[in-house]
Amino acid sequence: MLKDITLGQYVPGNSLLHRLDPRTKIIGAMIYIISLFLLKSLVGYAAITIFTLALVLLSALPWSYVLRGIRPVFYIVLFTLVLNFFLTPGETVWQLGPLKVTDEGIRLGIFMGWRLLLLVLSTSLLTLTSSPIALTDGIEYLLRPFKKIGVPAHELAMMMTIALRFIPTLLEETDKIMKAQMARGADFETGNIVKRARGMIPLLVPLFVSAFRRADELATAMEARCYRGGEGRTRLKELHFAGRDFMALAVSTILLVLSVVDRIVS
Amino acid sequence: MAAMFQLDHVSHHYGEGDEGKVALSDINLSISPGEFVAVIGHNGSGKSTLAKHLNALLLPTTGTVLVKGMDTRDSDHLWAIRQTAGMVFQNPDNQMVATAVEEDVAFGPENLGVPTAEIRQRVEAALKIVDMWEFRAAAPHLLSGGQKQRVAIAGVLAMQPEALILDEPTAMLDPSGRREVMDTVVRLNREEGITVVHITHFMEEAVLASRVVVMNDGQVVLDGIPEEVFSHVRKLRSLGLDVPQVTELAQRLSEHEVSLPSGILTVERMVAEICQLKSKM
Repeated sequence: MLKDITLGQYVPGNSLLHRLDPRTKIIGAMIYIISLFLLKSLVGYAAITIFTLALVLLSALPWSYVLRGIRPVFYIVLFTLVLNFFLTPGETVWQLGPLKVTDEGIRLGIFMGWRLLLLVLSTSLLTLTSSPIALTDGIEYLLRPFKKIGVPAHELAMMMTIALRFIPTLLEETDKIMKAQMARGADFETGNIVKRARGMIPLLVPLFVSAFRRADELATAMEARCYRGGEGRTRLKELHFAGRDFMALAVSTILLVLSVVDRIVS
Repeated sequence: MAAMFQLDHVSHHYGEGDEGKVALSDINLSISPGEFVAVIGHNGSGKSTLAKHLNALLLPTTGTVLVKGMDTRDSDHLWAIRQTAGMVFQNPDNQMVATAVEEDVAFGPENLGVPTAEIRQRVEAALKIVDMWEFRAAAPHLLSGGQKQRVAIAGVLAMQPEALILDEPTAMLDPSGRREVMDTVVRLNREEGITVVHITHFMEEAVLASRVVVMNDGQVVLDGIPEEVFSHVRKLRSLGLDVPQVTELAQRLSEHEVSLPSGILTVERMVAEICQLKSKM
């Protein structure tokens, strides 16, 4: 049933990672990514891998959920491995016709692939432990300082909120229109790609028309409720940093410092 | 006491110049605080246009609209007017902004810049009045139509308005949803003293009001207490409007020399009148 869809990948929970302020998690994820790309040594990689696995344990999420997030990037990782194996110059280890695998290539390929895996794992931890609305709030707060240079922080957040609000509504509507068109003989399931794409027209046209009408009515309703942009607006849920957030940010900073050290030493 | 809404010679034309469609022509109407006014009329009679004039979503082409003495043309008063006269629309889906009920109710006060602690109190109070407090964390698309409209009403109440304008809030609801919404509206009027302007084409709803305004072709054709307005059965019929079933029955009986008073609106009243007749026989 379309009504039961979940938005984003959020898995509700009450772990430390769930309770962290969304801003902390976003900043943390950014620091993590920078650190990941600074690291060079094998020890460094081992350390950040253990750190990442510790984070997964902290999130108290079932492993199946976490691993599911990695699946879509499997081919990209494979591609990275192969490209690096064959295209990195260095001492030849193995040769197949014109293709040469170098020892440098193996090293680089494994590191790059590993990096990608960790990258996806950590960012999916972010989306698995924060609701879309919390992420939106977090992004709005974090973008606020950039308002002066013209970043429409509030507007972006409002757009994301409204999009999230209307996804289920529009899905329901799509379902309804599809059934109505099928009742009149429309065929969405058979034929080649071109035929199927053409079959979507009687679905998309009414959907777009209705979406625009909804947008118009929503705008009127928002105006009637005194909406006038982000200026002077207060919030029902203010974000607050707690002790655990400062702890988490401290840990992130240590991670960054260690990666810089690792980079310089090796 | 100053009128809540005061309309003087209000006309409204859609489109440019003289060719535009006339939606309202020369409306004079005064609504006092605490009144429950039902506005009825067939499609295109101008009733929705009238509603949108009451909180400055539309401005009159000529004439003036005063909301508690504030002219809707004066842009300085715009937000004060919209806070005083809150509005609920027809489609419950297209007036909810947030992904959770309580966030949606908070939308109005957030726009007004109310401090966070007070928003909390207002949201709780508003949701309790419409009896939706237990659904505060629910996603709007999982609610029934009647529940969505009650949340929309709560969203307006959280702005602490003095008047509630309802633009066909029950048109898209099933009978039970309609009852839920009407019970809430009647309660708000009687218990909280909120002025209600209820646009509808359901006569059973108009009967609940303390005053009925009938519109046709952009003009007010009848205006009075429900008993009085609904006694004009023929006139209402000629305007393409229904009258409550019992009212029509009473009318027909009177035509056949059963002496019933005009303007019987409820089955209870009808029963009482007929019993009285019977005892006289």
